[in-house]
Order: sequence, then structure tokens, then C-alpha cells
Amino acid sequence: MPVEPQTIHGAMFDTSELVINMGPQHPSTHGVLRVILRLDGEKVVDADVVMGYLHRGIEKLSENRNWTQIILLTDRMDYVAAATSNLGYCETVEKLLQLEVPRRARYIRTILCELQRIASHCLWVGTHAMDIGAMTVFLYAFRERELILDLFEEFCGARLTYNSMRIGGLPQDIPPGWDKKVLEFCKIMDGKIDEYETLLTHNRIWLERTKGIGVIGGPEATALGMCGPTLRGSGVARDVRKDEPYAAYDEMEFDVPIGTAGDTYDRYLVRMEEFRQSLRIIRQATEGLPEGPIVGKVPRLIKPAAGETYHAIESPKGELGYFIVSDGKSTNPYRFRVRPPSFCNLQALPRLVRGHLIADVVALIGSIDIVLGEVDR
Amino acid sequence: MIDEFVVPLLKILVVLFAGVLPAVTYMVLLERKVIAWAQSRLGPMRVGPYGVLQPVADAIKLMLKEDITPVKADRWVFTAAPIISMVPALIVYAVIPFGPTIRLFGKDVALSITDINVGLLYIVSVASVGVYGIILAGYASNSKFPLLASLRASAQLISYEVAVTLTLVSVILMSGTLSMIGIVNAQYNSGLWFAFVQPLAFVIFFIGGLAETNRAPFDLPEAEQELTGGFHTEYSGMRFALFFLAEYANMIVVSSVATTLFFGGWLRPFPNVAGLHFLDVVPSWIWFLTKSFVFLYIFIWVRATLPRYRYDQLMRLGWKVLIPLAIANLVVTGIVKVMLV
Repeated sequence: MPVEPQTIHGAMFDTSELVINMGPQHPSTHGVLRVILRLDGEKVVDADVVMGYLHRGIEKLSENRNWTQIILLTDRMDYVAAATSNLGYCETVEKLLQLEVPRRARYIRTILCELQRIASHCLWVGTHAMDIGAMTVFLYAFRERELILDLFEEFCGARLTYNSMRIGGLPQDIPPGWDKKVLEFCKIMDGKIDEYETLLTHNRIWLERTKGIGVIGGPEATALGMCGPTLRGSGVARDVRKDEPYAAYDEMEFDVPIGTAGDTYDRYLVRMEEFRQSLRIIRQATEGLPEGPIVGKVPRLIKPAAGETYHAIESPKGELGYFIVSDGKSTNPYRFRVRPPSFCNLQALPRLVRGHLIADVVALIGSIDIVLGEVDR
Repeated sequence: MIDEFVVPLLKILVVLFAGVLPAVTYMVLLERKVIAWAQSRLGPMRVGPYGVLQPVADAIKLMLKEDITPVKADRWVFTAAPIISMVPALIVYAVIPFGPTIRLFGKDVALSITDINVGLLYIVSVASVGVYGIILAGYASNSKFPLLASLRASAQLISYEVAVTLTLVSVILMSGTLSMIGIVNAQYNSGLWFAFVQPLAFVIFFIGGLAETNRAPFDLPEAEQELTGGFHTEYSGMRFALFFLAEYANMIVVSSVATTLFFGGWLRPFPNVAGLHFLDVVPSWIWFLTKSFVFLYIFIWVRATLPRYRYDQLMRLGWKVLIPLAIANLVVTGIVKVMLV
């Protein structure tokens, strides 16, 4: 859609805005995101976000798939954190079916989700740092992500699109020795988080590039519908794991980091601390893993009674919600609607970049941590 | 006759074809390898044993690439710009001393192409001409983004040039001469390399050198995350390669000048201590090359580690921090020199 450059009336003479198109093929918009920037010199006057380049019609496709097949589709939305998308969907259907999930399955689901959170944050820190110029962090973060992907591959056979949960529990039990490997990974990861922090947290150039960039206050962030670490960086204490616990989170002890200034640096610190809290949860869950079945009493043909429900979980990007309507008659959902956290956070981008320079636009897109698969579905 | 024409000609050929040009070509490989090792990777490994023939493959590829000239571009300026970028970096080698006068084939040969008594001034002036290459590249491309990027790049270069030149003046105060060989001799006579006497000047020189050569953390004008590719967007093939080789050549120049001015040039460590005479078995030019190599390694190391400065922060650093520090350093050096004499 064409955006007309406006005239800027200056004190001595009038100038015109420059309209620049960033993307959809751009090295730093993570995925196919298009941002039309209106610039006054180097300052951004306004930004127009154009999305939809990765739209695949997942919500419509779900209407023609049965309840178990949709799990495969949820993988492909937030492909960076596929297990959390799986979990959100399975839990929503379980809520619709009023199904009880056994304790062991809930614990393993928690472990998978927290491993996923670390993997997603690894990717976030790598790409965010690389956009700002520190390219080594990218390689280090992906080295750790490989370890997590190996764990997942052992469990469910895939490295990216896991299909790792079923309605009522899990497809199979964890392989023997997997929990020892998870604990070993936790030990390795602790040291590596220190590595990332050494390179970035107190680095003067990093501080200059992220402090005071994209400041947004708590009330305004909530009004814009932001969620997840992006919202917590602005000081709002909202985390679905604490407010409406699901899976095994009500039995876990962990803290939720909250920022104060609402700038890019605080969002960075929030996510770095979330690394450590996730390790804490994984250790508790793995050490306290109960015995038992891994699937609940699921009917052979999943046909929930007519009704609708909304259930949200805390994905690494924010509050991931599913609204599912069942008409009670067919084996497919009547309506499958996703509330993607990246989509809601992306709404804030024009507000965040106003007044900043072009170099900051790239830092801000990285700071809100979006995945286009989720934004466009 | 021989002394006036043949010997310098031979020296030029040796320095250029056995020194600078292979060094610049292999800098490409060195950078890729060092950054890879910093990132737990191996770098190029396939072409030749351990990737040693990678620059050859790159050179052949670039020579065979289609040479595109934009339709409305100013053809002559477009072609001239990379050359204007590259040539000053090579010409600077005329005054850089690789070693003292040695006896070769029965003649006293000075291990530098020439030694003019305003060597440092020559270096600064010639290196500045390289900025024209960047400006003309952006102008000749006849496209919005390269023009803006080239103007930004040249503003950055000129700003840091001031800070660097002020540090060089401090060095001149210490050595009393502008001649490069004279500066090395002054370090020999004073017994202390200038880096230890003028640490602040060295640090400012190095940071300024990073900014002058458009290296990280000051490489915003050529970062891909910014407006496309900067001033070399419209270039392809060998002309594109020339810009990058010019950048590496500038890096090597900055390293060589830093070595000569601050780290004793061709002198071995502790040149006045007779007890370490056994170190003299290593030829003087090997010392020079080793020290230059250390600086090149630090250039690459810095690129692998640090994030990038935003353009306004970069300019603020140059004007509000480095130039006042360089002036303060100069004033203090002057006062101390007057008081000690």
C-alpha cells in the first residue's frame, strides 16, 4: 500500500519526508516482515507494518482436520517454540473435554516447555545481538540451542516441528537416561548464560545501543495488548504461569523477572533472567519426576460436546491463547482461533519506533521478539 | 644509475608483489579464520589444505563475475572510485621502514623504499585521499542509498582523521622528526617504545584507526542491517573486490604505522639491552611483520567481539571524547617536554 511522503514545515524551509521500505526480504526483520518507514532525515516519523507474507491459512485448515491432526499445524505457527504451541492447543482441547492429564505427563510437558523457552531465548539473544553487531553471540547461542534440539530429537524424533504432545498427554514416554541428559544440559547452560552476559550486559556499546530505546510505560503497554517479556520489561507483573497456572507450574518454585524502565535494555535483562529461572524449573521438574501413566483417559474418537473455550499459556513470546469452538457433531473444530503473542506485540512497533533512528528500528524489532509464523499463521 | 632507479624499482616490486598484495589477499582468509575460531567454528576448510587456497578461489570468482554498471551512473567516475580507494593505501608503503640499512649483495640497502624527511605528513595526506574514493562511489552510483551512506562514511572518516592526526603530533613532539626512520631511531635512542611513553596517544590512534578503516565497532556505513549495502551497493565483480581489498590494505597500513610509531618498528624488544643480543638472530623485518600482524589480529578480534555503534553515537565519540583527549595529551606532552629540557 503506497504511503505518501508528507511535507515537513521547518523554520527556514520545507522539507519532505523520505519513505523507505524495509523488507520483506531484509537481513534483520526476522522472517518476512515489511515495515514502511517515514523518515525525517534519519528520525522515524511513523512506521507502517505490513504483514501477511507468511499467511498459510492455518486457522481455516484446522476446520478440515480432526483434533489430533491440528497438533501438526500448531507446530508450524511459532516454529521456534513449537512445543509450547502444541501444549497450548492440547490443554485447550483438554479443557473442552474436561480431561484430566496424569501428573507425570504434566511434569514432562513442563520440562519440554521450559527447554523450549530456553531454546527460543537462545535464538532471540543470538539474532538480537547480531542485529546490533555482536555476531559472536549468535554462534554461541546456537551452539546451546543445538544441545536442546538434540534432547528433543531423542524424545520425539524431530528438531523443529515436534508434534510432541497429544490430547490427554504425550505420544510416548521419555527414553531411559533422558532425564540425566537434561540435568547435564542444565549444568552446561548455567556457564553459557554467563558467557552471553559477559559479552553483552555491561558492554558500553551494548548499553548505548539499548538503554533508553523504545521506552514504553506499563499502562500504555497493557493498553496496546502487549504480553510476555516485552510487557514485563515495562514493569507489569503478568505471567500466565503464575496468574493462571497450567501443566505442573503450580507445583514449581520460580520467580518472574520484572523490568523497571520499559526500554530495550530492560527487556533484554528480563529475558536473560528468564533463562536462569527456566533452568530452575527444569531442575525441579526433572528431579521430582513422578511415576505414572503418560496419557489420560482419552476417548477413541475425540468429539467434544458443543461449546467454546479459551485457554492461554505462557509461551516464550508471551501469552499464547487458543479459542476453540466445537459444534459437538463433527470430528473437526467449528472454529479454531489463535491469539498469537507476537501479533499483539507487533502492534506496538509503530509506537515504539517513533522518534528513533533507523538503526534503532532494527534493535526494536529484535527486542519485541517476533516470529512471523505466529504473526501471520 | 642503478642506485637511483633499479634498486628502488626492485624494492617497490618486492614490497608490492611479495608483501602488500599477497598480504591483502590473505587478510580475507585470516579474517574469516580468526572470526570463525572465535565463534567455535573452523572457517574455510575445503579449498586447499585447511582452506589456504580460499583467496585464490575468491579472486577467480570475482574476476569471472558480471561487471554491472548502472545505466544512469557516471561511467568514468564509477570505474575510477575503487581505484582511487585502493591506490593511496598502496602508495603509503613508499615510506614505511621494514628495517634498518643492511648489507645486501655488496651494497648498503635501506629496508624501505625511500625515506623522506616529512614521511609522517606524507602518510597522513595520502591516506586522506582514499576518502575521495568512497564519496565518488556513492555519487557515481546515482542512487539514493549509496549516496547517503557514502556521505555518512566520509563524515566519519574525516572526523576521526582529526583525532588521529593530533596523536601523531604528540609522537612528533617525542621524536623531534617527521621522518619514519627518524622516529624509529628516536625510540632506539630513548630506550623506550613510544607506546609506553604515550599510552593515551596509542589508544586513541588505534580506536581512530578502527574508525578510519570502517571496521567494527564503527562499521555502520557498511553494515547490511542498515540501508542496503552502503556506498558499494551498486558495485559487483572486481570493482567490489577492490573496495574490500582497499579496506584491508588500509588496515595493514594502520597496523604498520602503529608498529613504526608506537612499538619500535623493526627494533627487537629491549634493543638497548646487550644481554638479549641472541634475539638479533631474528631479522629486523621479521620483528616488524610480527608486530604488524599482532595489530591485524587485534583488529579482527575486536570485530568478532563488539557490537556496533549507532552513527550519532559514533560521531559523538569522535568529536566529544577522542579529540579533547588527543588535545589534552598533546598539551601535557608539550609541557613535560619543555620542563624536562
